This record gives sequence, C-alpha cells and structure tokens, in this order.
Amino acid sequence: MAVIDATEGSGRRRARFLKPLSGVLRFAVVILTTYLGLLAVTFFIGRVVPVDPVLAVLGDRAPASAIARVRAEMGLDLPLWQQFLLYLKQVLSGNLGNSVLTSRPVLEDVMRVFPATLELATFGTIVGTAIGIPLGVLAAVKRGSITDQVVRLIGLAGYSIPIFWLALLGLVLFYAKLHWVAFPGRIDVTYEYTFTPITGMLLFDALIQREWDVAWDVFRHIVLPGCLLGYFSLAYISRMTRSFMLNELGQEYIVAARAKGLSEQRIIWFHALRNAAVPLVTVVALSYAGLLEGSVLTETVFSWPGLGLYITNSLQNADMNAVLGGTIVIGSVFIALNLFSDFLYRTLDPRTRVK
Amino acid sequence: MTLLTVENLKVHYPTRTGLVEAVRGVSFTLGRERLGIVGESGSGKSQTGRAIMGLTPPSALITADRLDYAGIDLLRASARQRRSLRGGRIAMVLQDPKYSLDPVMTIGKQIVETLRTHARVPGDEARRRALEMLEAVQIRDPERVYDLYPHEVSGGMGQRVMIAMMLIAGPEMLIADEPTSALDVTVQLEVLSILDRLVRDRGMGLIFISHDLRLVSSFCDRVLVMYAGRVVEEIAAGDLAHAKHPYTRGLIDCVPKLGEDRHPLPVLDRKPEWAQ
Repeated sequence: MAVIDATEGSGRRRARFLKPLSGVLRFAVVILTTYLGLLAVTFFIGRVVPVDPVLAVLGDRAPASAIARVRAEMGLDLPLWQQFLLYLKQVLSGNLGNSVLTSRPVLEDVMRVFPATLELATFGTIVGTAIGIPLGVLAAVKRGSITDQVVRLIGLAGYSIPIFWLALLGLVLFYAKLHWVAFPGRIDVTYEYTFTPITGMLLFDALIQREWDVAWDVFRHIVLPGCLLGYFSLAYISRMTRSFMLNELGQEYIVAARAKGLSEQRIIWFHALRNAAVPLVTVVALSYAGLLEGSVLTETVFSWPGLGLYITNSLQNADMNAVLGGTIVIGSVFIALNLFSDFLYRTLDPRTRVK
Repeated sequence: MTLLTVENLKVHYPTRTGLVEAVRGVSFTLGRERLGIVGESGSGKSQTGRAIMGLTPPSALITADRLDYAGIDLLRASARQRRSLRGGRIAMVLQDPKYSLDPVMTIGKQIVETLRTHARVPGDEARRRALEMLEAVQIRDPERVYDLYPHEVSGGMGQRVMIAMMLIAGPEMLIADEPTSALDVTVQLEVLSILDRLVRDRGMGLIFISHDLRLVSSFCDRVLVMYAGRVVEEIAAGDLAHAKHPYTRGLIDCVPKLGEDRHPLPVLDRKPEWAQ
C-alpha cells in the first residue's frame, strides 16, 4: 500500500510540475499534427489528380529526354514517401513552388491576393455580426411575433437566394442606376498607381496614411460586396443567435434575475446574451473562416482580385502549385481561427477554464 | 401587521385544448410570520408564489379579488413598480442553485447586482456589504467565495449564496420555493437554519413552499395545504396531528416512521370532490 501511495504521490508532483509546460506542449502537438495532416492531404491530392506537372511546365511537344530530365529535377522519380519529405521540406522553408500561370512564386502570389480576401471577409463579418446578433436577440425576445417572422424571413432569404444573383441585382441598382457605389475591382485606376499599400488591405492602409479620398474610393468599392457577404453571414448568425438566446431565456437563472428585480434590458443583453455568446463565438469564427476561403462567386462578379478568384483561375489552368499553395493558406487560416475561438471560448466561459 | 393579502387568487393558462386552471381561488394573509404551503406536484403552490412575485410567463391570466402587498395593489401596479418590489421588498429563493445562478458571472458580482439595482451604493461599499452578507449566510471565507463562479461551489454553498443574493437589498418578505429540495439531506438542515435565523432576525414574512410536510411543520407557524389549485386546509403547524381534512391526514400518513414495519404502505387518496 505504502509503495503505491509513494509512487502516486511522486507522479502527481511531477504532473503538477509539468502542468504549465504540458499546456504549451499539448498546444504545439495539436497544431503540428493538424498541420501535418493538412500537408499530407494537399500532397496526395497533388499526386492523385490527373495533371502531369512536367507536361504543365514543358507542354506536350517537348522531347522525351527533356521530359525525363525535368521529371528528375522535380524529384518525381523518387518513391512517394521521399517526395512527401521533399515537399514538407519545401513548404516549411516557405517554398510553395512557382505558379505556371503567373510564373512567380506561389507564396508571393498568395500574399498579394490574400489581403484582398481578408479585407472583404472582415468587412462582411463585421456587418454580419453587428446586425445579425441584435436581430437574433430581438427575434428570440419577441418569439412568435411579426418581428420574429420578419427576422426569420430575412435569414431564410439570405440562405436561399444565390449570392451572384443578389450581387448582379445590387450592381444594377446601386452602381448602374443610383451611382452610389464604385465598380469594378478594389480601387479606382486613378489611385491604383499613386497609392502605395502597406498591408494590402486597402481601406486600412488608406486610413492609417490619412489618404481620405483614397479611403472613400476604396470604401465605395468594398461596400456592396462587403454588405452582400455580410448579409450572407447575417442569415446564419441571426438564426443561431435566435436559437441560443431562446435556450438561455428559458433557463432558471433568468427567472432568478427577474426575481432580483433587474430590468428586462439588462436580463436580455447582459445575462442571457453573455451566456449565448459562448457558443456564438464558434459560429462567428466558422462563418468568418468560410468567407476567408474566398467567396468565388462574389469575387468573380465584382472582379475582386482575391484568393477565391486566384484559386479558381489556377484550377481552370491546371496550375497545381498555385491551387495547393492556396489550399495550405486556407487550411492555416482555419487552424488559426479555431485556436482563436478556443481561446475566446475560455475567456467567455469560466467552466471551460483549466485551473 | 399584515404584509400580504391574497383573496381568491386564480392563475389560468390558455392552451389549445382549453383553459388550464393552475390556481383556483387561493386566499390567505401573511404578516411577519412563517407560512408554509404544502402540496403535491401540480397542486399550484409554486404558481401561487410566482403569481405574487409577478414571475409567471406572459401567457398566464392572473385574477384576484385582492392581491395587495403593504398597501400596493399588485394587479394594478406598473411593470416598473413591480420590478422595484421584486428583490427590493419581496424576495424569492429558487429551488436549485445549480441552475438559478448565472454561470458566467462571479458570485460576488451577482450579489452586488441585486444591491445596486435597488439602492444607490458606491462600488466599494457594495462589495463590503456583499462580503458581510456572505458571512451572514455562514460562508467561512467570503473574500475567496466572492470571486468564485457558481460551478466552483457545492450545492449547499450555492444555495447560501442564493439566499445572500436575494436578501442583500433588505426585503420584508421572502418566498422560498422548495429551497432545500435539490440539496443533500445533510446540508438541508444547515441551509434551513441559516434561512430561519435571517428571517427571524430581520423580522421578515416568509412563505415556505415545499412538498415536505414534516419540514414545513417544524419550520413554519402556519400551514396551508393545497390540492388541485385550492387550499383544502389551513392549520397551525403545531396542530398538524389534529388535521381534519382527509387529504391532509393522507399526507401525514404517508410519512414513513422509523422502526415501523408497514405493509402495505398507504396510498394517497385523491377524491374529485375535494377539488370542488
């Protein structure tokens, strides 16, 4: 008995000593394994698709000797596991290969197009959250009323109307008829060569450089696609907010809050919403990640030079390096956002904190 | 002095299949005394308490010949006036602390919130009074508990926190709706004695809602026995042994006694004419 106790005690002591370390370690292991999985998937997709990278580089009229040489240069004659290690080494050193289409390094291309998508997605998520959450709360509080029906209809419409159709309709109305918004692209040609971006998120760049006229022009470009994506995420966020709020408002602590004499406003916006915010974090993060993948349809309609458009173009031209590079970026964004929402989850809900 | 007068209180719920009558004409008065309400599940005892607090769902229809708290007609009072009464002058302790405390807010903040809703108190004084209140419900280390979240305390401690939260604004009347039913038997008596002492020291009126006849009779001055939304008998707690109504007698007979071997166990009689 005594022996067992002693070992248990020392084990516990060691565990306590390792605790802060093991937290970081677990974190690192989770990221690394997820990343490794992501790279393995992109690698094998790259090898399975019927696109011959050698032919993509040389064209189908090259002599057989040149094809064999390039194949060896690209390491394609090695066994698959060696190819994978080679691929890992390249990716980890930041080399995603060259794009056949633009003949520039894929990483450079992606760094150029990703800020456009990031800016658009952020704009859309801010709009969707800022309007979607209050609408969802309102619908839950006035459950079954006209307000509730209207909010649900707005949500349903956002779910079911094809976004490109709304986009074209929006262009006809706000661009062609009313001239309220600018089109196409992100910025007017007159500014395109005079304005030097810093981060590539033009609205942000223009604002911190106090270039107000540029900022206004960029805003006129982003407002329509941004609001459309915002509407799309609003549809999802308001629906989820409504159902989370209904769940919270039925809890016993709401009765207790009323028994304390708190005002309805405080009960709804402070107590119920703070509890509903916990699962909402995941919902908002997921919808944000969805927009960050690059909304191909929106980017196509608005000629928005973002990640979605880039990957689609590359795909249509069998530019596998570019497609896989883009996929890795999207995967990284997903992993990062998941970690961030986990972190937020912990700050919002004391029950999930590890003491 | 009479705090609360209830005459012919009715609580109805309209449903698709017709009107559900949860409470069907309950009358009583309450002074600074301890009144117990006992009955089975669905007898309308909780609904009576919630109707007095104004905590019934919006669909409830509440009527009464008189529903009067310290000169205020509760049925005619504005929503704002009723809100200032709740927590300020009439408090309520709910059944299960696990569900009736906000899980994402510290215990201290929840107690302070009640106080500052009803009185203009600066932050540091509110904190001091919340700590005093935690001490009054016999929490040994108030400073530590103040910063804990509800899931970090036991059921018994949670219920003491609940009592502190509901009594901090100094109400004159307390409705305790099954305050110990969700607790372990061992801590039930502890929580009850804390509740008893606070109510006695502050000279409050108490409505103690429970299905536990033995508990109510040892704890209250007077007992109302409810059946199917009506009061079938009102009796002094000490006279329970001489209860006249067959339903009350039935309830008393159901209480098991130590060392007694009863076969078969008595079954509670429910006669439709008692509900008339």
